[in-house]
Amino acid sequence: MTSLLLRRLLEAVLVFFGVTLVIYVMVYTLPGDPVSALAGDRPLTPSVVAALREQHHLDEPVLAQYGHYLAGLFHGDLGADFSGVPVAEQMADRWPVTVRLALTAWGVEAVVGIALGVLAALRRGTWTDRAVLAFTTAAVSVPVFVLGYTAQVLLGVRLGWFPVAGDSAGWPSAYVLPALVVAVFGLASVSRLVRAEVIDNLSADYVRTAAAKGLSRRRTLLVHVLRNSLLPAVTYLAVDLGLLLGGTVIVEGVFNLPGVGQLLFQAVQAHTGPTVVGVATALILVFLAVSVLVDLLNSLLDPRIRRD
Amino acid sequence: MADGESGSTREVGHDPQPHGGVRVPVLEVEDLSVELLRPGGTPHLAVERVSFTLYESETLALIGESGSGKSLTAMAVLGLLPGNVRASGSARYRGTDLLTLSEAGLRALRGKHLATVFQDSLSALNPTLTVGFQIAEVLRVHRGLSRRAARSAAVDLLDRVRIPDPARRYGDHPHQFSGGMRQRAMIAMAVALGPDVLIADEPTTALDVTVQAQIMELLAELREEHRSALLLITHDLGLAAGTADRVALMYAGRIVEQAPAVPLYERPAHPYTRGLLNAVPSLDAPVGGLVPVPGAPPAPGAFPGGCVFHPRCPSARDRCATQRPELEAGADGRTTACHYPLDPLDPPGPQRPSVPKNPHGPQEAPRA
Repeated sequence: MTSLLLRRLLEAVLVFFGVTLVIYVMVYTLPGDPVSALAGDRPLTPSVVAALREQHHLDEPVLAQYGHYLAGLFHGDLGADFSGVPVAEQMADRWPVTVRLALTAWGVEAVVGIALGVLAALRRGTWTDRAVLAFTTAAVSVPVFVLGYTAQVLLGVRLGWFPVAGDSAGWPSAYVLPALVVAVFGLASVSRLVRAEVIDNLSADYVRTAAAKGLSRRRTLLVHVLRNSLLPAVTYLAVDLGLLLGGTVIVEGVFNLPGVGQLLFQAVQAHTGPTVVGVATALILVFLAVSVLVDLLNSLLDPRIRRD
Repeated sequence: MADGESGSTREVGHDPQPHGGVRVPVLEVEDLSVELLRPGGTPHLAVERVSFTLYESETLALIGESGSGKSLTAMAVLGLLPGNVRASGSARYRGTDLLTLSEAGLRALRGKHLATVFQDSLSALNPTLTVGFQIAEVLRVHRGLSRRAARSAAVDLLDRVRIPDPARRYGDHPHQFSGGMRQRAMIAMAVALGPDVLIADEPTTALDVTVQAQIMELLAELREEHRSALLLITHDLGLAAGTADRVALMYAGRIVEQAPAVPLYERPAHPYTRGLLNAVPSLDAPVGGLVPVPGAPPAPGAFPGGCVFHPRCPSARDRCATQRPELEAGADGRTTACHYPLDPLDPPGPQRPSVPKNPHGPQEAPRA
């Protein structure tokens, strides 16, 4: 168990260095000069340019810049943008929005997805089964922004059930619509994983043993089958939580929610390198932490994965 | 199967057991047929009008090769057939027909009065729940024991089936047990409530020889203790020889011979029985003395007309290909379905010992 954890942590560290380096190099080799982008149309004096360049180590090679960046990171400093606002501070305001959106969407995805999957498995081959498949497949094939704008227009503007955009209405009403749009995307995968596993497990030998022991169908399903059937779905859901926390850029854009995804999008547009790298780094950390937790969760659910 | 058969395969009454007084039947199976339903096709008959009676605290071995329908027969009795399989006839547990009993009625009997030991307990146990939990579960469901009481009863049961350090092993998962230990746990689960009828479906098939013997010994001991009747489903004649009071041989979905163990092994009347006995290796037979039954058993849907065994039978004559023999009573309380049964007094093949001591064919060698 401990060695499994150590191995996963080591992998996470390697992935962390690899991915941050790639992002860092990519951002800093983008065309366009960040300093002049900051100034806009107003010309800067050469001395100001030089000072800014030195302050942000822009004259040094990319790898050296990356070194400076890592050094700052180990002191808990995600860096600051060119106007001096720390990236951590910029994100602090926006995390709650993204976390609320991600958790709401995730909850919907988990509950509805598992329920649909179990329903489809128990009604296998019937119209219910086919309807679940058709609905989830249709949902996953519509691009997110189409779904987002459609939901916005229909449920927000026409019917007026939910706020159209922004987070001024607070949780839950401002988040229901965007969360549904995000969740619908994962429903197909979750419900199909659960359906296949439940069907598989229902014909397993241990289910026959449960019947031979005189257990009710309900108990067999809840105590024996569900636990075994949820493993793949739990893995998927946990990874998905990491992705959702990583910002649902498009949905935050469509619904004008000031989350981390929106911050990242704006920073990319404005060529604010430090912000892009800072946000990306934070997202990678979240994702890695979640995936280590997924492994731990899996080994708790399935004792066969545990190694000593 | 159009062969103008008539009459019934109903078991002819006999009293094969020398010991024991009045014999009370616990399980009476009569004209049990099992069909494999095929979408868009005619059903395949896999078990055809099988009848047998299991008496209180006796052991009946149902022997057959794979595909002979022995496991389907047992599962039909328990109501555990998959959805694409249909059973007809009757199987009465103390007078109650299990084939027409409601699901709730079956549930109340299963695990409590009719308990089952399955083969390959790795897949027969739930891999994600502890062994102890799965044993305790029977007690909680049927007796309504609290979690704690069920736990301590389950630990006692693990101890009873000789799992070392049972309190600690309670929390182990099936993959942490050896094959023999899993089978012991399976037995603990089956005898937890002192069932009337124990059905053991190939209980030792996945185990190596020494463990097989221990498991059979344990099974016999617990059967004795709870005075349960045992229906032993096996392909292994030797295994049955050491355990069974009576033996029923199945071939191609039918019982072809049924008799008390000793006369059956010493004086088989059906050519199939004799063939099987000649194919069992033993320590006191010369090397190379094995005579396999020629050919292979038919699959459901391809059962031959007439006598099902005639294509492989050394004594087959014309009549065997057209007319199906019914079970008929013979000497020693046996019933045999054969037009030309072997003379019981005619000594069998020279290589064959009276009762095989070594129950294991070459394919049963310990796994590496």
